[in-house]
Amino acid sequence: MLLEVKGMQAGYGQTHVLHGLDFVVEEGGVTALLGANGAGKTTTLRAICGMVKTEGDVTFLGERITGRATEDIARRGLAHVPDGRGTFMELSVEENFRLGAYVRRDGEVKSDFERMFEWFPRLKQRWRQQAGTLSGGEQQMLAIARALLLRPRLLLLDEPSFGLAPLIVQEIFGIMRRIREESGVGILLVEQNANLALELADRAYLLETGRIVVSGPAAEIREDEAVRRSYLGY
Amino acid sequence: MDGFAHQIIAGIATGGIYASVALALVMIYQATHHVNFAQGEMATLSTFIAWSMVEAGFPYWVAFAATVMLSFLIGVLVERLLMRPVQNAPVLTHVGVFIGLLLIVGNMTGWIFGYTTKVYPSPFTSSGPLMGGLISAHELGSTAVTLVVLTLVFLFFRYTSLGLAMRAAAYNPRSARLVGIRVGWMLALGWGLAAAIGAVAGMMVAPVVFLDPSMMTGILLYAFAGALIGGIDNPLGAVIGGFAVGVLENLAGAYVVGTELKLTVALAIIIGVLVVRPSGLLGRVVTSRV
Repeated sequence: MLLEVKGMQAGYGQTHVLHGLDFVVEEGGVTALLGANGAGKTTTLRAICGMVKTEGDVTFLGERITGRATEDIARRGLAHVPDGRGTFMELSVEENFRLGAYVRRDGEVKSDFERMFEWFPRLKQRWRQQAGTLSGGEQQMLAIARALLLRPRLLLLDEPSFGLAPLIVQEIFGIMRRIREESGVGILLVEQNANLALELADRAYLLETGRIVVSGPAAEIREDEAVRRSYLGY
Repeated sequence: MDGFAHQIIAGIATGGIYASVALALVMIYQATHHVNFAQGEMATLSTFIAWSMVEAGFPYWVAFAATVMLSFLIGVLVERLLMRPVQNAPVLTHVGVFIGLLLIVGNMTGWIFGYTTKVYPSPFTSSGPLMGGLISAHELGSTAVTLVVLTLVFLFFRYTSLGLAMRAAAYNPRSARLVGIRVGWMLALGWGLAAAIGAVAGMMVAPVVFLDPSMMTGILLYAFAGALIGGIDNPLGAVIGGFAVGVLENLAGAYVVGTELKLTVALAIIIGVLVVRPSGLLGRVVTSRV
């Protein structure tokens, strides 16, 4: 099991957002975490990588990581594309790439750069450009590339479609389909756009006010009229 | 005309000192968003350490190198022991810590080494006047040292992966953690570097202004003015600003206000910049929607 979460609670100050989550992410493939605004999707991702105060058990690759520093969790091979993307706006695309691979000591960083250019050809054209001057879609691509350059076992993606034009969203999800097929990385995808996420995902969890209410194979959830109506709203 | 040229060259020499201290200020500012008021006092303490080594008979450059390394360590320790516990505290707490540090380091220096003015040697001597007496050997040497230090710092931040990680940690600590950068240590390294740069500036200026515990007080003001001119968040701007203040201060002192009122020039520059262009010449204008 790649990631195992048991009884996870987290919140901000006095406000509790997550009330004991249990879920797993299996190796490879895409697991979607769906839910309305304020359900706790973003907080779940933050809790996994130690960006908020968290209780319970988060086990990554067989090791308990609850309460560890974010940088230590990242070094174990857990990459996170947070809301707001987490790129370094002041730095160039090249420097963002270098930072993505900062902790790696293997000799394959350069060949991974080439791989990113294959997946995100637009970033190659923007190589020397400051990240803050990229378009929204390109910034999202850069954020994903930066995270993949860590060579993670698990990639957390927080709403990659957020604020992007439908055409760009299609492009990014197309690239993610390729990444799923061509790399062994497991992806935990948080998405508001449930339809889109369920098309890509293998499994899915539905989150409502800090609790998981539905879980199962993505295809089943997509077909389930009742779930769709009451939780996904389409 | 020779007098004028000499004033400019002397201004560049002292400007180099201001540029170094301004760079140290900016480095801490980028990481913490506060100005380290104690930067000057820390540099003075470093210079006294160098002085006692020279007095004890160590060769000048040995004392110089040892002081730079020791100052780096002191800077790292200050961050780890004093700044670390208050990292999430409000602004006033930081200001309080900086002022406390200023008083403690300043008075400790006086207590250990005494308040009498001391002569600090210059490693640069020449048998005759240089360039027809336009520039002294020390002015030339200290400017060269300053330029070497500034170049090394630039190369470090621009081309090494540690330098890149330090910039990333300063710009965006949250994202830096996500790529595995140990942000806390990057801040400590920043303090160490700032302290080391300050130490070089102190050792270069001490032969000119003589060594006493309040040696850097005025210099810190000029450096602050320089940092503001260039933009407090821009290292290159701070360096250019430091040189500009050095030349301006010297010219104003020689032809406009006289040496007694030179320090007022720094204050006038600070106020002028804050009124006319608060972000400085090369600083970033931060706008935010509300």
